[in-house]
Amino acid sequence: MKKVAIVGVGHSRFGNITNMNLNELAWTAVKQAFEDAGITQKDVQMVALSNVGGWSSEPLPAISVNEYSGLTGVGTYRIEAACASGSAALATAASFVSSGSADVALVVGVEKMNESPTPTAVELIGRSGNYFWEFSMFGLTFPGYYALYATAYMDKYGASEESLAAVAVKNHYYASFNENAAFRKRITVEDVLKSRPVAWPLKLLDSSPITDGAAAVVLASEETARKLTDTPVWLAGIGYGSDTSNLSKRPDFLGLRATRKAAAEAYKRAGVDPAKAARNFDVVDVHDCFTIAEILAYEDLGFAKPGQGHLLAKEGETYKGGLVPVNLDGGLKAKGHPIGATGVSMAAEITKQLRQQNPKERQADIVKGMGLSHNVGGTGHYAYVTVFSLNKPGW
Amino acid sequence: MTIPREELEKMVRSWLDMVEEITRNEGLPVIPAEKTGDPLWVDVRELRLKYLIPISRVKRFFDGLKEGKVYATKCPVKNVFFFPPQADCPYCMDENLEWVEIDGEGVLLTYTVVNVKPASYLHYPDYVVAIARMNEGFNVLCWMNVDDVSKLKIGTKVRLVVKRREPEGFLTYYLEPV
Ligand SMILES: [Zn+2]
Repeated sequence: MKKVAIVGVGHSRFGNITNMNLNELAWTAVKQAFEDAGITQKDVQMVALSNVGGWSSEPLPAISVNEYSGLTGVGTYRIEAACASGSAALATAASFVSSGSADVALVVGVEKMNESPTPTAVELIGRSGNYFWEFSMFGLTFPGYYALYATAYMDKYGASEESLAAVAVKNHYYASFNENAAFRKRITVEDVLKSRPVAWPLKLLDSSPITDGAAAVVLASEETARKLTDTPVWLAGIGYGSDTSNLSKRPDFLGLRATRKAAAEAYKRAGVDPAKAARNFDVVDVHDCFTIAEILAYEDLGFAKPGQGHLLAKEGETYKGGLVPVNLDGGLKAKGHPIGATGVSMAAEITKQLRQQNPKERQADIVKGMGLSHNVGGTGHYAYVTVFSLNKPGW
Repeated sequence: MTIPREELEKMVRSWLDMVEEITRNEGLPVIPAEKTGDPLWVDVRELRLKYLIPISRVKRFFDGLKEGKVYATKCPVKNVFFFPPQADCPYCMDENLEWVEIDGEGVLLTYTVVNVKPASYLHYPDYVVAIARMNEGFNVLCWMNVDDVSKLKIGTKVRLVVKRREPEGFLTYYLEPV
């Protein structure tokens, strides 16, 4: 297997973007990624496009984005793994490069959720579980699914609404330094507690927003990466997992099995010691679509023991200078969560962190040269964990 | 907030009428975005989706609802229950699953109250979705009928009942505190 590196990244503004359509939005990220990598369209041999769609009008976005971006003719496909689509696209594009099928591959994540009214977007995300038995019959929503985990977790471990709110406060704080973030306003625990419930016990400010946005990364083989950049960011290990379509078929609601499996695989491939997982990374992006999701991620990734993730949040251990800095870009919570773009945004963010290209307030200290992204699809229906490194992987 | 279906249709109708008037006057179906004022093209095509889903292989489940019963399927070889029921056992590659009436008693594992509802649920009052572990060992997810949700506790004993969902009138199952 060839080694694969990220050699270019691009990122649009996230938010309710009314002055760009899907193709235009994707192009802003693709253009930046090309410029960052120092390549042009003729260098690209495969495009993996992540988009969930339904709320937006183009049914074949891989083709329309290719045409708009001057990539017509290059092999492509749209990939879907719900909110983890971006990481799934990264993983499959990496396979093209590591197998030698492509020397340079482009990963694009784009979502235009605001092409439909909010209740329609709520409907379509709610349908992303088991449609027949859990949506059509019982109208579960995306916050509703995670609320089922929050209720069980809070009851079992005595986690408070304040501890959950601490996650939102941290992520809004870091988003205030991220010019691409949807929400740049800082908030307090009080603000979160006073916000209206969306699916009790989760409130509006526990939740990521309906978002438009795009991100892109360029992957290259070792030989090409060396020619393009002095600081390739290597994909040191990717792990994958999934769980039942019906939430009712899971044994408990205290953590995500898909994440645990994906993390174990990614750690093994990257040579990371799972017993002290947090100590391996300078910076981490986790999938905080809701505050409870970030707390579950701390535990499922091995940063905290089961039942102690909420203490990490409460004690501020995931700010810069703590045990491990998490979501210094503002996370899904405050940067925004354009479903198909999220995983690609995470890869772009960790790359810029490892290259130390972020504003100092939200730039992690890079000592170990390792970062991680954790991207969940649905409610742990899919999970991808990716380890990034400045050091060429030893495998 | 509950919006009756007729009310919803009226709201959509009046919005479409407004767009039609703009199109007639201006020659283009273009409206300003609420916050930014950016021009938005209102799609002139509309798609209504209503799926036709085959249930012949689990028809017994739906026949059961008509008798006020809730059925699961069970693999006689592996002793595994399937709920929601399925027709095939992927573990022994067999389709000879047995239909078993659920005892209907269990304990509450978790719940939520859906306050922000999907488009096709706007006509219902806020609803409680719960998951219970049944005596047989599998879980059931459905709406829960409860007088005061603020007093609901995990671990509460619950039972499964079959009732009609209104205003549509279809038979489905609900959890209730015992
Ligand atoms: Zn069997």
